[in-house]
Amino acid sequence: MTRILLALLAGGLFGAGLFISGMTDTTKVQGWLDVFGNWDPTLAFVMGGAIIPMAIAWLFTNGRKPAVGGEFPAPPEPKLGRNLVLGSVLFGVGWGLAGLCPGPAVASLSYGGWPHWVFFAAMLAGMALAPMARAQLDSAVPAE
Amino acid sequence: MLNSIPTDWLFGLGGGLLIGLGGAVFLLGNGRVMGASGIIGGLVDGSGKSNMAERLAFLAGVFLVPVLLYPLFSDVNTHATTNVAVLIAAGLCVGVGTRLANGCTSGHGVCGISRLSLRGMVATVFYIMAGGLTVVLFRHILGVI
Repeated sequence: MTRILLALLAGGLFGAGLFISGMTDTTKVQGWLDVFGNWDPTLAFVMGGAIIPMAIAWLFTNGRKPAVGGEFPAPPEPKLGRNLVLGSVLFGVGWGLAGLCPGPAVASLSYGGWPHWVFFAAMLAGMALAPMARAQLDSAVPAE
Repeated sequence: MLNSIPTDWLFGLGGGLLIGLGGAVFLLGNGRVMGASGIIGGLVDGSGKSNMAERLAFLAGVFLVPVLLYPLFSDVNTHATTNVAVLIAAGLCVGVGTRLANGCTSGHGVCGISRLSLRGMVATVFYIMAGGLTVVLFRHILGVI
């Protein structure tokens, strides 16, 4: 139960932050990416603001355990594969096109209107197709 | 327009701190990395069956808190495109891309960079560059968005 309540709290803070920071406003996101247009630096402040408590949290994990038990996630292997690069490029293209990424896509569903539901449905479809896309890629050209 | 910029930065910074606080709660409380694409994707492709309730609770928080905040703020507008083809193409790219890369702005960006993960930093460089080139191409050259 504690685990569920903490997840709800974490999600609530995340949703509040996305709403207040303006990151569900697609013009702010596209404005950040649009270095040749009317550049909007807001996203850098959001990222910077988010990284500060998160970096402290990572430092705090040293020699401790999560409150509900278990283990902290091990550091990922510093391996840079094709999937990481190709996936990130693909993500960036979609992010630039619509100005939405997965977190803000959920946070804005209640007030963004129908375009947000269309984007969200397509994103879920993409996520459902991803394992197949990964398998296809791996069979065509093995990752490593 | 010019007057609104400093407040935008402050709201950005304050909102960012809340985002990081959410990530800190999820990490220190549940021992989990707060990555939106991983949390959603695990529900979609079945890989997250073992902790489905935790994922749904997190997403309920992300969805519901803006419902409560919305009436408190005036002129909230997401300015999303109404071009259905663009929305579908963008959603598909974000869905496939984030799952292939194992992370998005929250997982690779916020949680990855803050632990100095090389993967997080490289992913962030690539999705920002690709996003920037996409806006240049589709806004300034093709005029679609």
